[in-house]
Amino acid sequence: MSKFAKKKDAGLPAVNTASLPDIVFMLLFFFMTVTVMKDSTLKVENVLPNASETKKLEKKDRVIYIYVGAPTSQYISQFGKEPKIQLNDKFADPSAVGDYILQERAKKPQELQNVLTTALKVDKNANMGLISDIKQELRKVNALKVNYTTYEGDAFNNLQ
Amino acid sequence: MSKRGAPPEVNAGSMADIAFLLLIFFLVTTTIETDAGLDRMLPPIEPPDTDVVIKQKNIFEVNINKNGQLLVEDELVDIKNLREKAKAFLDNGGDGTCTYCKGQKNPESSDNPTKAIISLKNDRETKYSTYITVQNELVGAYNDLRNREAQRLFKRDFTDLEAEYLNPETDPARKEDLKEKVKRIQDLFPQKLSEAETSSGN
Repeated sequence: MSKFAKKKDAGLPAVNTASLPDIVFMLLFFFMTVTVMKDSTLKVENVLPNASETKKLEKKDRVIYIYVGAPTSQYISQFGKEPKIQLNDKFADPSAVGDYILQERAKKPQELQNVLTTALKVDKNANMGLISDIKQELRKVNALKVNYTTYEGDAFNNLQ
Repeated sequence: MSKRGAPPEVNAGSMADIAFLLLIFFLVTTTIETDAGLDRMLPPIEPPDTDVVIKQKNIFEVNINKNGQLLVEDELVDIKNLREKAKAFLDNGGDGTCTYCKGQKNPESSDNPTKAIISLKNDRETKYSTYITVQNELVGAYNDLRNREAQRLFKRDFTDLEAEYLNPETDPARKEDLKEKVKRIQDLFPQKLSEAETSSGN
C-alpha cells in the first residue's frame, strides 16, 4: 500500500530553470551588439521616404542630426500641425539651425570638425520650403555635406 | 564533527530576473537602425570668382512643381522615365571627345559627361518624398553609368567598390587601391548636380 501512496504525492517534477539566465544573457548580448543608444527622443512624426541608391552613414561620431516633421499628437496643441524642426530635444526655427551646427561642431574633436556630415531626417510629408531654409542655413555655416536619411526601398513607393 | 559536505550552493534563482532587467533596459534605450541615405554636397555660399559660361545644351533642367509633376527640358515627363532621360543626356558625348560614351552623339545634347550638368529646381510646396524620389533617380542615373564603366574596367560594380572603400573595416592597403579606382570612375562621370534656390511658388 505505502508504495503506491508515495508515488501519488510526488506530482510533476519542477522544470529545471538553471539555464534560463544563460539564455537571457545571450539575448542581452545580442541586443547590446546590434543596437545603438538612442540619442534623443523624437517629438516629431518621422516616417522617412524610401530610396534605393543609398549609402550607409558610417562613423556615428561625425554626424549631426536634424529632425523635421509634424509634431506628434501630444505636442499638437502647443505647436500646431505644421512640420517643425527638432534640434536635440527642442523644437526650433530655421534660423536656429546655423547656431546649432556651430555648437555641435565645437563639441567634436578638432580633427573631425572638417569632415562632419549633417543627416537630415525628414518626414516624407514635409514641404520643401522648410528644407530649403535649412539648406540655406547650412550653407551659411559652411556645413555642405548633407545626407538625406531614408529607408531602403523602392523610391516610387513615395509617390502614393 | 558536524556534517562536512560540499559548501552550500549559491542561490542563482534571481539571476534570470537580473538578466531580464538588463535586457529590458537595453531594449528600451537603444534603437536597431543603421542609417543610410542619399549623400549630397550643397554649393558653397560665395559665388565662384570667375563667371563660368555654360552652354545651354550642357544643362539638363529638371523642375518639380508643387503637385509633384516634372518638367524636364521644357517637357512634361513621367517620373519613371526620368532615369533613362538623364542617362541619355549624360552619356550623349555630342562633340565626340568622349571615348567611352555609348550615347547617340546628338549635337543638341551634352558635349561630354565631364561638362554635363543637371540642374534641379523645386517649388517651396513640393513634397519632400517627391523630391527624394527625383534625387534618387538622378543619383541612380549616375550610378548606372558608373557601374557600367566599372564593370568594363574592373569587372565590378562601382557602388560595390565604393561601399568597400567607405567601410571602416577595410584594410588600409586595399583602401589605397580602391581609392584610385573609385577616383578614376568618378572622373569619367563626375556628379554635377546643381540645386538652385527654390522658387517662391504661387
